[in-house]
Amino acid sequence: MNATPGLQKKADKIDRLAQLMERTETTSGAGLWREAFRRLRTSKTAIIGGVVIGVFVLVAIVGPWLAPYSPTAQDWRGEVFPNQGRFVGPRGENWFGLDHLGRDEFSRMLVGARQTLLVGVVSMLIGLVAGAVIGAVSGAAATLGGEPGKRLDTVIMRVTDIILALPSLLLAVSVAAVLGQSLTTVMIAVGVVQVPVFARLLRGSMLAQGSSDYVLAAKAVGIRKRRIVLTQIMPNSLSPVIVQATLSLATAIIEAAALSYLGLGNPDPAIPEWGVMLSQAQRFFDNAPMMSVYPAVGIIVTALGFTLLGEAMREALDPKLRG
Amino acid sequence: MSLLSVDALSVTFAGHGTGRGAGRAGRATKAVDGVSFDVAEGQVVGLVGESGCGKSVTALALMGLLPRKGVSVGGRAEFDGADLLSMGEKKIRDLRGSQLAMIFQDPLSSLNPVVPIGVQVTEILTRHRGLKGEAARKEAASLLDRVGIPDPDRRLKEYPHQLSGGMRQRALIAMAVACAPRLLIADEPTTALDVTIQAQILELLKELVDQEGTALLMITHDLGVVAGLCDQVNVLYAGRAVETAGRRELFAHPTHPYAHGLLGSIPRLDAPRGEPLRPIRGSINDKIAWADGCAFAPRCDFYTLQCLTGTPELTEPRAPGHQVRCVNPVLPADRSADAAEVSS
Amino acid sequence: MLRLVARRLLQLIPTLLGLSVLLFLWLNRLPGGPASAILGERATEAEVARINRALGLDEPVWVQYGRFIKRIFQLDLGTSTQTGQPVWEEFTLRFPATVELSVAAIAIAIVVGVPLGYFAARRRGSWLDVTAVSGSLLGICIPVFFLALLLKGLFAVNLGIFPSFGRLSTGIDATKVTGFAVLDGLLTGEFDASWDAVMHLVLPAVALASIPLAVIVRMTRASVLEVLGEDYVRTAESKGLDKRVVRARHVLRNALLPVITAVGLLTGSLLSGAVLTESVFSFGGIGQFIRTSIDARDYPVLVGFILFIALVYVLINLLVDVAYSLIDPRVRVH
Repeated sequence: MNATPGLQKKADKIDRLAQLMERTETTSGAGLWREAFRRLRTSKTAIIGGVVIGVFVLVAIVGPWLAPYSPTAQDWRGEVFPNQGRFVGPRGENWFGLDHLGRDEFSRMLVGARQTLLVGVVSMLIGLVAGAVIGAVSGAAATLGGEPGKRLDTVIMRVTDIILALPSLLLAVSVAAVLGQSLTTVMIAVGVVQVPVFARLLRGSMLAQGSSDYVLAAKAVGIRKRRIVLTQIMPNSLSPVIVQATLSLATAIIEAAALSYLGLGNPDPAIPEWGVMLSQAQRFFDNAPMMSVYPAVGIIVTALGFTLLGEAMREALDPKLRG
Repeated sequence: MSLLSVDALSVTFAGHGTGRGAGRAGRATKAVDGVSFDVAEGQVVGLVGESGCGKSVTALALMGLLPRKGVSVGGRAEFDGADLLSMGEKKIRDLRGSQLAMIFQDPLSSLNPVVPIGVQVTEILTRHRGLKGEAARKEAASLLDRVGIPDPDRRLKEYPHQLSGGMRQRALIAMAVACAPRLLIADEPTTALDVTIQAQILELLKELVDQEGTALLMITHDLGVVAGLCDQVNVLYAGRAVETAGRRELFAHPTHPYAHGLLGSIPRLDAPRGEPLRPIRGSINDKIAWADGCAFAPRCDFYTLQCLTGTPELTEPRAPGHQVRCVNPVLPADRSADAAEVSS
Repeated sequence: MLRLVARRLLQLIPTLLGLSVLLFLWLNRLPGGPASAILGERATEAEVARINRALGLDEPVWVQYGRFIKRIFQLDLGTSTQTGQPVWEEFTLRFPATVELSVAAIAIAIVVGVPLGYFAARRRGSWLDVTAVSGSLLGICIPVFFLALLLKGLFAVNLGIFPSFGRLSTGIDATKVTGFAVLDGLLTGEFDASWDAVMHLVLPAVALASIPLAVIVRMTRASVLEVLGEDYVRTAESKGLDKRVVRARHVLRNALLPVITAVGLLTGSLLSGAVLTESVFSFGGIGQFIRTSIDARDYPVLVGFILFIALVYVLINLLVDVAYSLIDPRVRVH
């Protein structure tokens, strides 16, 4: 066959294609996450969110070393008179000015990031773990437990619905009332609010997976139920939960700030935390608005970062959008 | 004089990923790539091909139902002397439903779930025939009756989910023929239905078309539908017509290797025992660009290097009016040879 | 329709019962229990025992629970430790203010949010869409009380366009009919009082509307985008219907279904927001009262409020269910 090299190349390509065709087309499972990750890297939303979170986490880790002054020492006490409306704004030595007790606001912001992240992560984890356990039990019971399983599922979901019905703040207030006022309380209170969200989500996702064809197939070939739940249903149900976890970090940080505002926050003023700082500063909002703005912007930007990343993940994992 | 004359229709989708998030490759895809065919008054013309060949996009382009953003449509489609493709939005809106009507594939999702059937039928009567109130209701009932829906007065008050699949498709057909359109486009009208219902719906379509002399553009992947209904058939592959012929001619002498393969892949009861089924290899995704040669080449049992020398032209290698886009068509002399090659 | 309402009401019973058990248990778990709430923390053991006996706390748990339920049915929610008044009376006194505020907020959220979400979806990728999407993200991420502070600082304290606290200006002497300040003015013909009440309502309502607005915009947008891609919209277009008919009957009618559900679910967050907003603007509703009750550890008020909110929540969601079933025929048949 005396073909030109270009033609021969094309012919080779076609042969390769033909070979490829012989292979069965199965790309799923781990492919979902790889595909999602690939799409996340090209998503502007995800990149902005990721960068914001990255900076925030970095500050949370190294903030205390970067802080020019002690966040707790009232070094400039004599210059601030909150009762007379006299505050000190940004200046050469104090970039963000002083707070109402004459402490360096910039240092407090840097150090406060850690506590804020801690509150967010711990409360999210509380909600995630408790919610996932409840949701998994409910979902597994409903999909594979037969009639008694369905009844158990109904009972569990009714209870979570009750909690879901309560305004989250009130729920947090109730928890705080029992446990007393402390940082742990805030984290538990904010976490408890998230429990029904995670439980409902995981259950719903498991139910959807449970009625899918591949689970039917697994049942048909006689795989044990526990194994089906653990190896088939769970891994495929987790993606919405992971998305929600990211979004919950944002909510948790905002809720914690609201709890501080209601006077249920961390009672120890020595440890700076953005929510506490904001709720203390808001009393002086009319005279020194910037003192509220710094922690508020910190909270808003961080929450935005988590929300953006969560939304981008949701979009990347949405099977409807997979091309 | 043909009612509809499509000339070199092409539809290009701009790449996705212009929006937020997803970020898919921004490559444009040509879904329809120079398709030409005619439909005469009272004629039934088939557009045949597997999913992804561009047949539904052709229909949507003719109806003016493609999204305006990100889609560019080229060529001409003259309907009764006016070009559907360059026509203004308002003008084609007037034609749609009155002169041009369409029946869709999935009757459940094609009906609005929260609006009673009656309203969905009467709204088209109100729009194009000015019928309102009781007159519209009466006409709608007689339309339902005409498409074979029993107890039409009750059905008018019901919602789509209360009807059976066949019933829903009948209701959609009633809407399509409500204003006695001159051209009816049916996009796989039976695919979502049970086999027994499929026959009934096809029978109904045939009846309506015969009674009114309506031209029908039948879009399908089902060669059985083609055999039972169409006068003229266009086989599409990767956005282009690869073979055009009358029904009898096509079934007797499929000449493009793709059409040949399609017909050959139908299981036959009279085939010798033990003869394997003969599927076409691969899928429509395994194609090359028409600019490089024949898009079907990667799946073709007969391809030669000649197939890669540029777009093959439509020729008439077998009979006048029987057009084939292939440089190496299946002609009578090859018959025994290709059978041997396929089974080896 | 009546059967649907009846069935939903029946379904409420276990929910409310469960809630009452949770609340009862919670009350019993409070540090020191009611005795120390009444006597303060330095009470002697004898005093605590006396109070417990007086309150029936030495009886079996189920007897106590029975009494708890009975009192709830008699609208006897106990006495506020702050004011010494019955909790129920404190609520009814403040209820109109909170309703007024919440209704105003949800009205703003719907009236602004639905069209915004709709047009954002219709013009996907346009500046309007980008603004709506980023605005709603911001709305979700901004703490409600900070937004309230900002609005108050800017429009009330600095610019002086709106009053900064209360429901009516001090000089205005309005006749009280229903307790809803805006409505009362209209009923009695004291239009200046109505106007004054509206001005007082604007800032807190806007602040309170931020989260519902953001949620409704996002919901509507997502829902419209989904519906626009539905086959039945294409069918409607293929019939050559007027654009207005296609949009109203085929797009919006379907797209608003999930939004209706969302509005019901927003009740909870609305009431949380009311607690925060009302205290920033000293609005004098239940929210502000709860704020002070939290500070004062006024448990009877808190318990009453939680019960009250749960009731409001389930009733509103009942209404939403009924409204939903009116629009979506698929829910009706069972």
